[in-house]
Amino acid sequence: MSNHTSLYTVSDNVRRRNAVEKRFRFYGLTAIAIGIVALIVLLSSVLSNGSGAFQQTYVTLSVHLPADKLDKQGNRDPEEMKSVSTFGYSPLIRDAVVARADELGWVMPEGMKPKDMGALISKEAAAQLRNFVLANPEVVGTTIEIEMLANGRVDGYMKGRVDREFALLDSNIDVEQLDLVDLLIEGGNLEKRFNWAFLTSPDASGQRPEAAGLGVAILGSAYMMLVVLFLALPIGVAASIYLEEFAPTNKWTDLIEVNISNLAAVPSIVFGILGLAIFINFAGLPQSAPIVGGLVLTLMTLPTIIIATRASLKSVPPSIRDAALGVGASKMQAVFHHVLPLAAPGILTGTIIGLAQALGETAPLLLIGMVAFVKEYPSMPPEGFFDPASALPVQVFNWTQRADAGFVERASGAIIVLLVFLIIMNAVAVLLRRRFERRW
Amino acid sequence: MNDMRIAERATSVTESKISAKGVQVYYGDTHAIKDVDVEIDDKTVTAFIGPSGCGKSTFLRTLNRMNDTIDICRVQGDILLDGENIYDPKVDPVQLRAKVGMVFQKPNPFPKSIYDNVAYGPRIHGLAKNKADLDDIVEKSLRRGAIWDEVKDRLDAPGTGLSGGQQQRLCIARAVATEPEVLLMDEPCSALDPIATAQVEELIDDLRTKFSVVIVTHSMQQAARVSQKTAFFHLGNLVEFGETGQIFTNPIDPRTEAYITGRIG
Amino acid sequence: MPLLWILILVLAIATVGYFAARTRAMATAGGDSRILHSLPNYYGMNAVLSALVPSLAVLALWLIVQPMYLQSHVAGMIPDHVIAEGSSRDLIMSDVRRIASGLNIAVEQGAMSANEASGLRSELTNVRERLAEVGVALGSDVQPEVLAAAQEYRSIAKSGSFFMLIVVLALAVLGAVYAWKRSHKDFRARNIVEKAVLGLLIAAASIAILTTLGIVMSMLMETMNFFSQYEATSFFFGIKWAPDFRGDSALGILPLLWGTLYISLIALLVAVPVGLFAAIYMSEYAGPKLRAVAKPLIEILAGIPTIVYGLFALLTVGPLLRDYFAKPTGLGESADSVLTAGLVMGIMLIPFVSSLSDDIINAVPQSMRDGSLGLGATKSETIRQVIVPAALPGIVGAVLLATSRAIGETMIVVMGAGAAAAQLDKGLAEAINPLEAMTTVTTRIVSQLTGDTDFAAPETLVAFALGLTLFVITLGLNVLALYIVRKYREQYE
Repeated sequence: MSNHTSLYTVSDNVRRRNAVEKRFRFYGLTAIAIGIVALIVLLSSVLSNGSGAFQQTYVTLSVHLPADKLDKQGNRDPEEMKSVSTFGYSPLIRDAVVARADELGWVMPEGMKPKDMGALISKEAAAQLRNFVLANPEVVGTTIEIEMLANGRVDGYMKGRVDREFALLDSNIDVEQLDLVDLLIEGGNLEKRFNWAFLTSPDASGQRPEAAGLGVAILGSAYMMLVVLFLALPIGVAASIYLEEFAPTNKWTDLIEVNISNLAAVPSIVFGILGLAIFINFAGLPQSAPIVGGLVLTLMTLPTIIIATRASLKSVPPSIRDAALGVGASKMQAVFHHVLPLAAPGILTGTIIGLAQALGETAPLLLIGMVAFVKEYPSMPPEGFFDPASALPVQVFNWTQRADAGFVERASGAIIVLLVFLIIMNAVAVLLRRRFERRW
Repeated sequence: MNDMRIAERATSVTESKISAKGVQVYYGDTHAIKDVDVEIDDKTVTAFIGPSGCGKSTFLRTLNRMNDTIDICRVQGDILLDGENIYDPKVDPVQLRAKVGMVFQKPNPFPKSIYDNVAYGPRIHGLAKNKADLDDIVEKSLRRGAIWDEVKDRLDAPGTGLSGGQQQRLCIARAVATEPEVLLMDEPCSALDPIATAQVEELIDDLRTKFSVVIVTHSMQQAARVSQKTAFFHLGNLVEFGETGQIFTNPIDPRTEAYITGRIG
Repeated sequence: MPLLWILILVLAIATVGYFAARTRAMATAGGDSRILHSLPNYYGMNAVLSALVPSLAVLALWLIVQPMYLQSHVAGMIPDHVIAEGSSRDLIMSDVRRIASGLNIAVEQGAMSANEASGLRSELTNVRERLAEVGVALGSDVQPEVLAAAQEYRSIAKSGSFFMLIVVLALAVLGAVYAWKRSHKDFRARNIVEKAVLGLLIAAASIAILTTLGIVMSMLMETMNFFSQYEATSFFFGIKWAPDFRGDSALGILPLLWGTLYISLIALLVAVPVGLFAAIYMSEYAGPKLRAVAKPLIEILAGIPTIVYGLFALLTVGPLLRDYFAKPTGLGESADSVLTAGLVMGIMLIPFVSSLSDDIINAVPQSMRDGSLGLGATKSETIRQVIVPAALPGIVGAVLLATSRAIGETMIVVMGAGAAAAQLDKGLAEAINPLEAMTTVTTRIVSQLTGDTDFAAPETLVAFALGLTLFVITLGLNVLALYIVRKYREQYE
């Protein structure tokens, strides 16, 4: 044994191969890094775009409410005062801005009109003011302090989204208006704070991003999730019990199995076509209704729930079934009294994950009209299931299609809300699994 | 004990190939191998025997550092191959394993052709200068694996299509193709039928002319049939090590005696 | 009567039936439950099922059939001359429904008495004005025929709902009474209940088949309708996509298919190497700590809804590619492009590919790795020359599944790929420019089926043909992939 090489000297061959090995490892690490970086960039882009939606700028002004304009009859009857539309209120707001500007020593630049000063307040403010007056008719004739939404551009200026350079290019705001905003900030009339209205108020029309909220969308999504929960869970569990515990091996069972695994991979848009053709065009259910969305999402979620349920039924050892059958229980009793309760945590986890998927699903809902502009809250269930509503992810899509840049912030903000819901649901699923997981 | 033909073979060339001193192996908190000293001679078949879980396979795997692939495994002590410590940081396990080949419990041919299975080692280690050279190595290895005649007409067929015994001999051919100096065999016949086992045992005896062979076996008869030296492991300890004939006919330690007479194990 | 009340009533009947049947069974056994054939609860459950199943089935059927009947019956009442130029029977029918529901609201709010509502004559009253008072706005003045149809609609809907109530409640009571009568100590209640439950279980399992059937039927019908108006060969082989609702559209699928496949290709070029390498590193190299952090992080990508990816494409990736890539190179002007959609979709598919490959790589037996490492191969040699070839069928299956995902993905392409169809007639350079906007099959389905749609026009119906094509392609890929993966798994079991 003399011709062998020492182990202590690394041969050229091994050195070369180790270099290859190093490169290969590096590729693997790079791949993981790409995945994680993509996640970070994705989330931070959404967060940075959307965090602004949770802050809102409000303007507090003293508004004089002249009785001769708002209540011509003078008897403070809200029914009669309704004849004054929002157009009657917007001049009052404009005058309030002008008056406050004068107080603060504003020198009107050339070319600026009072109208431009009024434009700093949201178009929604007139409706706000009108509703307030109709609810409190006694304030007519007095001057009240009222807090109103600032215009979207002013809101953007407060959040740093809009600056003077931007204003030069934008027809909706100009530099002089921003000067006035600065003055009002000094005067303490502008305030930025947490935007509860974003979570509660309904959508607003194309020129009022500052007033648009997620209320109807959240309610619509919640209704759909209720429908999905109440349909997909029992049907999914029933189907799984049949397939896992009772189904004979025959063609029919095979057909069901093949169908389930294929439905899990059918593009979601196809379910939308199904919903449109069957539920709306054929069965005559209303468009934009949570019931239709819920039905479509139920069909989409079923495979997920069935797969999870079957896995957890399968994980219950046969000895449990044998034990139950051994003391004289029927097969049905063995399953419902013993197997199902033991599989329940797994089923629940699968259901929550299925619901989370359904909550984020967008494409099929576009086809069944959920993308329509809905300003009315749906009523209580079950009638509310048939009222038009929106849904969180569809609302996001809807806002991205609007021209006003203010909606970009809203869309990203809505995504944050959606992600928060998803995180909560998944966290609950993980906790359930940790808490109840049983190893046999 | 009806088959206790003791291998009466000359063990004249007794040059030490591997020398292990004070080897300890830990799996996490479990102390799997406790202070084992053993000398493995060149051109000799050394058998490791002992009841299941005694650490014989674990110790075998330390000899070519296959334990490196298990995260929680730690090895202490010195294992010298031709006087060089194989756990020295300068040693590349890849290079070590080319010198110390291994055959596993279950035949594990790669899902490739018979030819490619055998050519795998020579290719990665760059042993062949050209195609003809490689063909040569493959043929030589298959002959040495005593399977050439059975497969020479279907070298392109997948190795997984062979019978269990053929697969194991293919794996042996694959292992010898890299020209190792030591061949480790981890219960090479446990998944085989008696006829295939006999063929492999015969092959092991042939291999002794060229390599130092270490075989782990749960069958005492097999150890008696193929080995010159036997080491008896029990609960992670090397209880007794010596000439196979002596171990089986005249064991010193009572535990060894208990095992070979079937009272423990 | 609102639906909720019907449901509550039926449930109440079932509950009463439960206790009545249970008590009766116990009475026949003289209060000794051991004499009963089944546990007392089964007699109750038998009553509940007998009350609920037939009545709720009829209720569901009624709710589906009544609107269909109303629609066809009332639509027949409207004479052709009432349908104005540019209008259609469908539009008139939606007026009819609106007036009918307006009258209901008026009666509810007390603005009109019930008699007044049903006896309303458009010659005598301005219906439009009266309804506007209660907040129901109508587009035009009401013609007498339309009003008559609306009143007929109201009265049928009303009496229909009334009959439905009677029939459903009667069925529930009958079922409960029947079960109650049969509750006797020798009655094999458990067997009956278990049979019924098994029937319900089978019905639930069969919904999967019904869904597939629904998908195929709904698309097949409208697709046939489409092909009766538009040549099938021009659809499948047309190289121009230019829908025009005024007629004379070019509806060739090839440009859309090209866009779809091109974007999917880019997505796979991103997702397959990254996902595969990530899976390999995770299962073969990474220590437990790295795995515990990296694996869930990458899996989060899989849990993010596609709308988020769409927004990411729209707001971040698109403008980035346009400003730093497309404009400087002069290859494109728009933020929507094949590359934008492809990249973002690739990111979406990374966890999909990596978790599938992870499963598949882990299915390769450890003995293969040992065999290779024992011969002195490095880890990467083992992976490249033994594990990946061994896992190849499974990986191919995973890639096919990912392809099917990419082809069927909607939101990312709607928001990232643009609306313009690939211009296959303008030469190769135009057709393969990845910085050009290119629309896809799914995008067109969305745009043809949202907004105001006329289900008689080929421009709308084409969406169903597109959907069916998409369904067939993805189904084929899925079946093939599942087959390959199953064969692969069997090999190592």
